[in-house]
Amino acid sequence: MIEDFNLEYLIVLGFLLLAIVIAIIRVVKGPTAPDRVVGLDTINTIVIVGMVIFGAATLNVIYIDVAIIYALLSFISTLFIAKYLEGGEI
Amino acid sequence: MLTEIINTIVYIFLGLGIFFNLLAGLGLLRFPDVYTRLHAGTKCTTFGSIFICGSVILLGLKMWLGGEPNGSTFVIHTAGALIAILITNPTGAHALARAAHRSGVKPVGAIVDDLDKNSSKTATLKKKEVEE
Repeated sequence: MIEDFNLEYLIVLGFLLLAIVIAIIRVVKGPTAPDRVVGLDTINTIVIVGMVIFGAATLNVIYIDVAIIYALLSFISTLFIAKYLEGGEI
Repeated sequence: MLTEIINTIVYIFLGLGIFFNLLAGLGLLRFPDVYTRLHAGTKCTTFGSIFICGSVILLGLKMWLGGEPNGSTFVIHTAGALIAILITNPTGAHALARAAHRSGVKPVGAIVDDLDKNSSKTATLKKKEVEE
């Protein structure tokens, strides 16, 4: 099973997981609401990069397509949360 | 020969991407303020993802030069994901910073706030503009 993967990309995925864990600490600790949203935005970007890396590790293009859609949807969610924090009408 | 050069560049790009993404997490944990955290968490991840997506693009180019037709699909789709990140990430950061300022979060150590509409400095400036 493990021969199907590119091993170096899986190691990169492990380091990205470490960065996600550090960002989750900020999401849990964050004193105000914008702090938590900043942490979630960072996690979104790292997850997109992780999906690209996983597609390269398994040599499947479908994960990279999912990453494109995830990028656009997370952008829309960030914009809506920012609008809500601002207190305007959505 | 060409394959070895491409392999070395791919490893260098992966290392740089990991370094900047971990730096983003570190800055998010250590900075004192929403705005500085936004600075760390957005700029570093954008810069790191440029390098990681570039390494995947180089992998696809290597596969394509090696005769596998699957490689060109890798190149084009990863470039699409990279363009999506490059467009959406700064825009989201701008919206978040504006929302944080309007919801009343002050920068740590700031004395004068030029964006505040009720501040005395901007009020006098506006009065001058009206008089002129």
